[in-house]
Amino acid sequence: MALIELTGIERIFQLGDSTVHALAGLDLSIDAGEYVAVMGPSGSGKSTLLNLLGLLDRPNAGSYKLENIDVTTLSADELARVRSERIGFVFQSFHLVPRLTAAENIALPMTLAGIPLKERNTRVAKALVDFGLDQRADHRPDQLSGGQRQRVAIARATIMQPALILADEPTGNLDRHTGEEVVNLLEALNASGVTLIVVTHDPTMGARARRQLVMEDGRLQSDSAKP
Amino acid sequence: MRFADTLRFARDAATGYPLRTALSVLAMSIGVAAVVILTALGDGARRYVVGQFSSIGTNLVIVLPGRSGTGGFNPANAITTTPRDLTIDDAGALRRASAVSRVAPLAVGTSEISYGGRLREIMVAGSTAEFIPIRNFELAQGRGLPDDDWNRGASVAVIGATVRAELFGNEPAVGKLVRVGDRRLRIIGVLKSVGQGLGMNTDELVIVPVALAQAMFNSDTLFRILVEARSREAIPLAREQATEIIKQRHHGEEDVTVITQDAILATFDKLLGTLTLGVAGIAAISLAVAGILVMNVMLVAVTQRTGEIGLLKALGAPARTIRLAFLAEAAMLSSVGALLGYLLGQLGAFALRQAFPLFPAYPPDWAVIAGLSTALGTGLLFGVMPARRAARMDPVQALMKH
Repeated sequence: MALIELTGIERIFQLGDSTVHALAGLDLSIDAGEYVAVMGPSGSGKSTLLNLLGLLDRPNAGSYKLENIDVTTLSADELARVRSERIGFVFQSFHLVPRLTAAENIALPMTLAGIPLKERNTRVAKALVDFGLDQRADHRPDQLSGGQRQRVAIARATIMQPALILADEPTGNLDRHTGEEVVNLLEALNASGVTLIVVTHDPTMGARARRQLVMEDGRLQSDSAKP
Repeated sequence: MRFADTLRFARDAATGYPLRTALSVLAMSIGVAAVVILTALGDGARRYVVGQFSSIGTNLVIVLPGRSGTGGFNPANAITTTPRDLTIDDAGALRRASAVSRVAPLAVGTSEISYGGRLREIMVAGSTAEFIPIRNFELAQGRGLPDDDWNRGASVAVIGATVRAELFGNEPAVGKLVRVGDRRLRIIGVLKSVGQGLGMNTDELVIVPVALAQAMFNSDTLFRILVEARSREAIPLAREQATEIIKQRHHGEEDVTVITQDAILATFDKLLGTLTLGVAGIAAISLAVAGILVMNVMLVAVTQRTGEIGLLKALGAPARTIRLAFLAEAAMLSSVGALLGYLLGQLGAFALRQAFPLFPAYPPDWAVIAGLSTALGTGLLFGVMPARRAARMDPVQALMKH
């Protein structure tokens, strides 16, 4: 069963006088549990696609079905709710809240969702152990290394047990060794059944995915699942 | 997001930028402290004046010669235009009025008192036995003026505390003979020290029988007649009766002015109450300024935390949650500021009371309540706009600003 079904997606930006087709006539289907890498040069529409898949942006035309629900018709607050329950984000620049500790950053999605403190604490404690951060629970982001920060971010992305994880250049700010660790972590999550979509410039990282999408000028240039 | 979590989140956000938070809290607290201190000053002035007026006696009606108002045409006016003087007999006649409990004629002048080679300039008040109780004076030693015929001036005097201290030092004064002007008087009583009372320092007063004072100053007129009404409710009636009796005695001519202590009190009360209100209004402007400052701080916070707002949206926070978080932060800034300002203001008022013990500088309750609620109100009101701006942000744009 398809987790994601995009048909005829158009996304147009107005930049001054010119209109830019960031996404044009995009059809795409991704099954639950897949591991997909999205590649392509800068400005090819990778990030726009990721924002769209993450419900942060809406298409100008076309339909997007997530778990068989047409999400293009949902209100902003309904989209927020789907994001909260079904989607986890991992960003290149980690996006941790600087004044919150590692544990508080991990708990943030649950706090926003109104989950009781007691349950939050049990889940955060487990996540800290799972991601090897139990010695760093009370540290603020500026007291953590890059790899540790990204591990906190991944823990935060998974704490609500989403069906889909969207990672935008997750190793872009890390050295090769820690980047490797982070990729292993994401792949382990994928192995446990979570659908993983990674946007990357790095060909070696892209090659590790089971399916590669290459974008150019807002179109899907190649899809390794449809040769 | 749960309410407690919203508060915690807002608190952490506020304490995350200590300087900015401290400055806006300071601005708000200065505004509230200004309201508290200024109204304490205004209301203190009101209480002080009202207290001073109350101390001259209770339920007092004062008759003074001469008419201040403009009357209609009166045949009596056509014959004589100079007002008649008040006399001891006029004062005696007022005792007949049913609403009046006590009457004291008052003639005043300045003279010198001397004893044992010491000489002192004093104010002489000529009156009767009832003057002391009407004016709420108390005797420290001896007794008051004799309660005999008002037209018989016995050679006795009651002196104020300062006069006694200056002339007699540690010696007993009662029973001694002193010279006042060109007369020898026996001191029969000493007043308790009461301090300043409306321009007349009672501690430097020498009270003698009214007929004696008139003889000393070679005049048969009175300065005032003090009338005490039977009760607070009887004051208007006492005033009416006094006016009527004097009018009859003065051949139908209304040539005296009768004022009530109540009316004077009410006038000053109203005047100074309005002043306090005005001062509170001025202070309230600083509260509005503080409110705008809170808005500025929150707008800066929204801009500074754009990336964080984008993150919150990506993590599934609905607009309402973000709005509430920023509103809670604004409310926190202004309520902490208001509370701090209240404490500062009370401290300031306390310092004022310590520095000027006579001045009752207490902020009125209405001003404290109005000040605090204006502070919270403006804080919230001016917090709405930044909070809405945060909630409306486009998540993609917001996330890019990190």
